[in-house]
Amino acid sequence: MTLDDISITLVYSAMAVYAIAFIAYAIDLARRSAAATKAADAAADAVTPVPTARAGVGTPATVGAAAAERGSASSVGGPAPTTAGPAASVRPAQDGAGRGVDGASIAYGRSPSLRVGVAMTVLAWALHLAADITRGLAAGRVPWANMYEFALTGTLVITTVYLLVLVVSKHDLRFLGTFITGLVLVLLGIATVNFYVSVVPLPPALQSAWLVIHVFVATSAVGFLALGFALSVVQLMQARRESIVASAKAAKRSFLATLPDSATLENLAYRVIIIGFILWTFTLMAGAIWAEAAWGRYWGWDTKEVWTFIIWVVYAGYIHARATRGWRGSRSAWLAIIGFSTVLFNFTVVNLFFKGLHAYSGL
Amino acid sequence: MSPRSDPGALSRPDDHIDSPEPSVEASVTQPKLGVVGWLRFAWRQLTSMRTALLLLLLLAIAAVPGSLVPQRSSDPNGVTQYFADNPNLAPVLDGFQMFDVYTSAWFSAVYLLLFVSLIGCIIPRTKHHFDALRARPPRTPARLARLAGYTERALPETETPDAAIDRAAADLKRAGYRVERYELRGEPSVSAERGYLRETGNLVFHSALLGVLVTVAIGGGFGFAGQRVVVEGQSFVNTLAAYDSFNPGRFFDDATLDPYKLELTDLDAVYETQNQEALGQPVDFTATVEITARDADEAVEGEVKVNHPLRAHGTDVYLLGNGYAPTITVENAEGEVVFTDAIPFLPQDANLTSIGVVKVPDGMPEQLGMIGFLYPTQTTLDSGAYASTYPDLVYPVLTLNVYAGDLGIDGGTPTSVYTLDPSTMEQLTGGDTGVDSIELMPGETQDLPNGLGTVTFEDATPEGLPNAADGDYSHSVDRFASFDIHRDPSQGWVLVFAILIIAGLLVSLFIPRRRMWVKAAKRADGTVVLEYAGLARGEDPGLDDAVGSFADRHGGAAPHVGSEASESAGDPAKPTT
Ligand code: HEM
Repeated sequence: MTLDDISITLVYSAMAVYAIAFIAYAIDLARRSAAATKAADAAADAVTPVPTARAGVGTPATVGAAAAERGSASSVGGPAPTTAGPAASVRPAQDGAGRGVDGASIAYGRSPSLRVGVAMTVLAWALHLAADITRGLAAGRVPWANMYEFALTGTLVITTVYLLVLVVSKHDLRFLGTFITGLVLVLLGIATVNFYVSVVPLPPALQSAWLVIHVFVATSAVGFLALGFALSVVQLMQARRESIVASAKAAKRSFLATLPDSATLENLAYRVIIIGFILWTFTLMAGAIWAEAAWGRYWGWDTKEVWTFIIWVVYAGYIHARATRGWRGSRSAWLAIIGFSTVLFNFTVVNLFFKGLHAYSGL
Repeated sequence: MSPRSDPGALSRPDDHIDSPEPSVEASVTQPKLGVVGWLRFAWRQLTSMRTALLLLLLLAIAAVPGSLVPQRSSDPNGVTQYFADNPNLAPVLDGFQMFDVYTSAWFSAVYLLLFVSLIGCIIPRTKHHFDALRARPPRTPARLARLAGYTERALPETETPDAAIDRAAADLKRAGYRVERYELRGEPSVSAERGYLRETGNLVFHSALLGVLVTVAIGGGFGFAGQRVVVEGQSFVNTLAAYDSFNPGRFFDDATLDPYKLELTDLDAVYETQNQEALGQPVDFTATVEITARDADEAVEGEVKVNHPLRAHGTDVYLLGNGYAPTITVENAEGEVVFTDAIPFLPQDANLTSIGVVKVPDGMPEQLGMIGFLYPTQTTLDSGAYASTYPDLVYPVLTLNVYAGDLGIDGGTPTSVYTLDPSTMEQLTGGDTGVDSIELMPGETQDLPNGLGTVTFEDATPEGLPNAADGDYSHSVDRFASFDIHRDPSQGWVLVFAILIIAGLLVSLFIPRRRMWVKAAKRADGTVVLEYAGLARGEDPGLDDAVGSFADRHGGAAPHVGSEASESAGDPAKPTT
């Protein structure tokens, strides 16, 4: 068995474990919907006893109903899923009475399936990492020099960023696992089935330190932008739910009730996206420096350059939207979603169907 | 936050989220504007954040067509092909400058408007930022309790209110804040602000964007780009006439070309031989050159590789292509050499099947043209056609089709050395002539048809190496390098601005701009409490924590007093309201 065979075996193992993680996360989401319904029903009974609206601010006890579950929630430790807390602390001044029973996040308590999901993600990540490293060893160079390898390393980075954010963030973002493992699974699947190539030597155009830097930074950027995309999607769903709740129509009980509010999601999305944006800015510049060395000009509107530029401008638009009255909130979330669509487009359609220098057909 | 107490807000465009809502009054008075008023109104619209945003999105959209349709600048052959494939559509698209998107009127209009908007944005913001840098931190608000991270601590018994505030001011100053003492209704306070660098970074970022545009637009005009094909053993001198093609910038002056001499001594091409999956894939191309300065006798050796241009005499030399240049000699019926030269053949595929043209204008009864195919490692396909199976010289074969007639080069119209127009010529070999094409290996000679003379495919192997006669063809054909030679004086400046862009971006996105206040507030019962609060200016996720930990350091750990017994303990960031 060659190193590359080992790598492939590891990729398939990682995919299997990602699939298990995905299922666990999906079960968790289903449980969340159930919890939300239960909480809402209980809230309907408890709504009179809740003393004043003001109690709504900092304490999970707001949601009268959630009180029952609260005992277990705060005892979990770690990233406690008392989502109401952080959400409220963002804007303690404004919130006040506005957040009725329905609008508030619902404390959701311990979830075994969520923990299984995270544990499986960590395991899949380890296998994935091993697969990536063995591929690199087999090739005797960094494992990101063709479509298959971009996908292999890029998805690894997406998982890494997700796990990293779980550790760093004050918020419990494990619920994004469904999206992340789903995305990684799909991309890895497509890559291994459609793009796999055996290890071949680097064409002269790719023999450069910039391959290591430029491509790696680009993949890292994609990792952050993917997370920002996921958060923005949830933000939109959450905003929709909030507006339904606010208009006092009967809100459907969904898992969203257990997640941070849309403003918090927007802030989180913004934070990961600006990191992605800075990395993308660097990608663009490093690419230009490399192009200067390889093709004799730092910018020539090659198709890949065009799309790198478009992505950059769309995200610059996103950042401006966040700072523009009337564009904050859902509109800027849409820009983040469009932005990530252009990223995916750039990676798939542009790589496969557009003609350009990045095709590396040799000298 | 009231508009007056907040000079920073003015430094943002009107619709910046930080700035106050536009007052209704202002919009009511608008219809009575004069010309100047309208101009000012238009300018205000153009430089507004919303316009900048829309222009950015428009720019993104406008950039798309250039990736869908081939561009003259990067893919001229693609454009020609597109015209051939879509004879009806192409002229229409051309009318919209679709083949020159990035220099088109509409694309330029979008980015120029964007940059005008940018200038209109940068200038007032810079001015206001300067003012803000010199202004005192704003007056402490009357009620801190409504602000971010609000918390309070008991006044230490040993300290007077003034002393406690003095100490807070000193601590804040040490933490990088600009501080100002205030006193209102007998309540001393300190107002502090930090993170001016955030706005500085933002301004540097936006100005550097402008810098890139201006340098590219102007600086690029002083450079040039030229192409030149050089065969091993040959040289060229850096003068206008020596280039095969030459694109000067708008302000380029020929006199600035430094006439150094560049000789290609060797072009080494390495192909994969081991990995079965990648046989014949190129692994390395290295051009070894000798450069002689104008007045120097000594040549300096240099190397040009893909990804490693040679920087010499103010120019950058890139290796952008290579191929074979078989040396072909033609003798006429009298045995006189009428032509001998190494002719670059253009590679057609990965295995370097190459096409070249031999033109013999003089010394023959009629002008002679030949279209040649070179197969570095020749094989015969089932169809009988020839092909090359490997890019290196294992079994090189050259085939020639001969034409006699008018080469069309006497009229003075420039013709490419790589193409032959046989329409005015008579084909003598190959095709339908019934005469076999001439077929040669290195070192071989054959007769031309009709007794015109002979043609030889010279063995170019240098002295001392095993040559074609020994059955070793590995050096039997010279190679050529296709060099791109550029000068772009703006390049270094673009890099400088690019670095400023990144630096400004990092600073402006990660340095929090925030205000903090500490006040010794009197309560109704006469006790004095220390109040702490902050205000974010822009994105500042760490503000609550910052206020909390400052309060802990200055006023002691959070008291477990008050009504909030249920508050989850151990979270300093949370206000104890
Ligand atoms: C050439 C087009 C432009 C690009 C690529 C661009 C890009 C950016 C980026 C990446 C940021 C975030 C980083 C930072 O804060 O420094 C930003 C922020 C900002 N830009 Fe621009 N910009 C452009 C034009 C403009 C224009 C025309 C205006 C004025 C109307 C403007 C006003 C601002 C403001 C006020 C911020 C701060 C936003 C905040 O506080 O979050 N920009 N811009």
